[in-house]
Amino acid sequence: MIEFLQQLINGLSLGAIYALIALGYTMVYGVLRFINFAHGDVFMIGAFAGLYVAPVVLKFSNGGPSWPGAFLVLVAAMVICAILGIVIEKLAYRPLRNRPRLTVLITAIGVSLFLENFGQYAFGVDPQSFPDLIGDHAINIPAWCGPLTDLTIMVSQVLVFAVTLILLVALRFIVTKTKLGMAMRALSVNPVATSLMGVNNDVVISFTFGLGSALAGAAGILISIQQPSIDPLMGLQPGIKAFVAAVLGGIGNIPGAALGGVLLGVIETLVVGYSDRLHIPSGYRDAVAFFLLILILLFKPTGLLGRVEREKV
Amino acid sequence: MLERSKLTLLGALVVIFAASRFSSHIGPYYYDIVLSIGINIILGVSLNLVNGYTGQFSLGHAGFMSVGAYAAACFTTYATGVLAVLAPLGGFVSVSIFFGLALCVAGMAAGVAGLLVGIPSLRLKGDYLAIVTLGFGEIIKVVIENVDALGGARGFSVASGYTNLFWVYAMAAITIYVVLNLVNSTYGRGFITVRDDEIAAEAMGINTTKYKVLAFTLAAFFAGIAGGLYAHFKQFINPEGFNFLKSVDIVTMVILGGMGSTAGVVLAAIILTILPEWLRWFSEQPFLPHWLAHLVENRMIPYSLLLIILMLTRPQGLFGGVELKRKKA
Amino acid sequence: MSEQEPLLDLRDVTVQFGGLKAVSGFNFCIRHGELTGLIGPNGAGKTTIFNLITGVYRPTSGSILFEGKSVAGKKPYLITKRGIARTFQNIRLFASMSVFDNVRAAFNMHLRHGISHALWRGKGLAAEEKRVESEARELLDIFHLGKACDAPCTSLSYGDQRRLEIVRALATRPKLILLDEPAAGMNPTEKTDLMELIRFVQEKYQIAVLLVEHDMRVVMGICQRIAVVDYGVKIAEGAASEIKSNPAVIRAYLGVAEDEENGAAA
Repeated sequence: MIEFLQQLINGLSLGAIYALIALGYTMVYGVLRFINFAHGDVFMIGAFAGLYVAPVVLKFSNGGPSWPGAFLVLVAAMVICAILGIVIEKLAYRPLRNRPRLTVLITAIGVSLFLENFGQYAFGVDPQSFPDLIGDHAINIPAWCGPLTDLTIMVSQVLVFAVTLILLVALRFIVTKTKLGMAMRALSVNPVATSLMGVNNDVVISFTFGLGSALAGAAGILISIQQPSIDPLMGLQPGIKAFVAAVLGGIGNIPGAALGGVLLGVIETLVVGYSDRLHIPSGYRDAVAFFLLILILLFKPTGLLGRVEREKV
Repeated sequence: MLERSKLTLLGALVVIFAASRFSSHIGPYYYDIVLSIGINIILGVSLNLVNGYTGQFSLGHAGFMSVGAYAAACFTTYATGVLAVLAPLGGFVSVSIFFGLALCVAGMAAGVAGLLVGIPSLRLKGDYLAIVTLGFGEIIKVVIENVDALGGARGFSVASGYTNLFWVYAMAAITIYVVLNLVNSTYGRGFITVRDDEIAAEAMGINTTKYKVLAFTLAAFFAGIAGGLYAHFKQFINPEGFNFLKSVDIVTMVILGGMGSTAGVVLAAIILTILPEWLRWFSEQPFLPHWLAHLVENRMIPYSLLLIILMLTRPQGLFGGVELKRKKA
Repeated sequence: MSEQEPLLDLRDVTVQFGGLKAVSGFNFCIRHGELTGLIGPNGAGKTTIFNLITGVYRPTSGSILFEGKSVAGKKPYLITKRGIARTFQNIRLFASMSVFDNVRAAFNMHLRHGISHALWRGKGLAAEEKRVESEARELLDIFHLGKACDAPCTSLSYGDQRRLEIVRALATRPKLILLDEPAAGMNPTEKTDLMELIRFVQEKYQIAVLLVEHDMRVVMGICQRIAVVDYGVKIAEGAASEIKSNPAVIRAYLGVAEDEENGAAA
């Protein structure tokens, strides 16, 4: 039981990361009906942004871990990624707004490959070590919790939950209570009508990209705090898995992305954790996401929370 | 008197056979490139049937290539008994038949894989189909990595390099023959109707699912043959060599050539095979500043930029948008 | 097979999308060679009924019989093979193909030479291809599209494109053809030509026709029998003269006058 709880905690932590990245996929798909292949690499840029910003920030705490420092790094990475997302959209995707979706998809693949390889060129191929921003350690579980004291809960895991939760709440607020958020929702239903209502679609789309990319940037920092080894190709696997999570929850559906992310993180961790008992070699870890993807696409392509879109004949 | 396309094919095979006799005169480096071009032609032309003519976006073609590669490699490595049985026919004949069988096995295995992947996946459209095929490609890769008998992630060494210029280009000629003949028949126009308007096609009595699965399976078959040729060319295969990037390579060929233009895809295959070699040569030129040389060394950087620029400026590719001429049967 | 039995028989057909009943309890028959019309205000469910007949939608309840056999919920291409063809409200031609190829594509379902023959290219294939070619040309000539044979279909005028769609549907050798707003976007001369075309098709090929149209002159002009739907329900059926003066029909199209609503004498 304790083992299950431990796996669950680890899974939720991983799932939170997937959820943050998945939100970016789903929001962009919602307004543009397009899968931004390059999104996973924005996550990677977030981590590297943190890598370069951290030493500057940590100077004020004499190189030691500092919570305010970590917060600053997080914000900096989010801002940098938001800008990156907006720039990519303006340069590579906007000119193709009216072209067949295949064309944009290929372009996105091109952007993704460029980011990965340019990253390797600029940052070097080898993994680098992310500075310890918060002095990570396992939480001391008080004795009165009984058997729960056997659990290992890292401070970084709690941080990941907390930050993800805060960001989710903030996102929900933006999407439901602000004008821009309402415009986003309107765009995802009917772009023509939305522009006829006086909304500048381009601004809303830029905003959507910026928002999604900022969340990916946050995820990049959070994962770097948990697993301090970062490299330019780190966005590949989480990127595709977060995409699966978005599809799982229903692509275009924001709560769905969060749900999908958490579910995928938990299922993946449980499968790997119990791999001996399930007689599945743990090397199949990466296949879990794809397997789930195929199941979902074959049996419920609209995802857990998604709606069916009928084509008018 | 044989029908025109069959004559053309026979003619091509004769020319290829003659050319292969002189292949020892080309240096090994250029010989390698020529063979690579041929294999890429098979991959591009076969994928063009699915992506170009039928309009179904498949991102997992490399997966079928790997199935064929491993199937052929296993056949030549483990089915040596067959070779022994054929021995009395003489060295050249027995090896040829043996390798021919290996390629058949490669094609069939890949074809079956194509069928298994295609049937459930092809009800999905556009982006979803792309993702599912990507997913299947990755699953195939992960499965191979976890099967020790196939060498797993370490790879599989193939003892005999049966592949030569004749085999590669004969197979390329056959692939082109099959695709062109198919598409230029009334029956084959069905593929294009599926691409142009699936709903209208169904209303015209065309079983769109059958066409999609057919295109997919046939394309996988040829990808498998390409894989078999590749395995006995490089004499070493590993799952990483058939990853998503390889599928993107093949898709790029189809897009550069112009979806639905076989001639365009052949040209694109030639260009895209030579391009990385040219880039490598260019990056070694002494007049280049150091940073530029490094930038170009990683061929993916100019390659990905090429992809983006291509989509922004000429998404229909080289020959796309050129009307497919109506050929007489 | 008795000529008295209806060719197409819709019995109590209902289709529900979520909470919305798009079509409710629809009853209608079409006899062999009959020219019928389906009219109603926008959103009344006319195209939905088309889609039900052609297999794009599956009815939630009720039955659809064609030549006595059920076609409800069957795949569209199978229904076309049984003998029901259709055109579309928004023209759906095969954009990358020529006029000729668009028609040729419709012969696919009658082909006896499939993939293996296309590859082998024996005498049988050549003969069939020749036959298909001449039939397609003949069809195009009859409908005055012969000259434009090799042109890309997108280069045709709007009216010609609509005509091409009808020719293409005819190439499937149907027993019943469904025309979805064929007169949309046409000027009066074109509409008169269309009416003649439809009558010609009906007589020459002995095909039954079901026409959805908004232009009353066209519908009343050629249809032998008309059904009127509103909000997914059939509110009237009969010959043109009966429909024209039917109060329910008038109410559906024009609404109710204020004093009628307030209970004044009818």
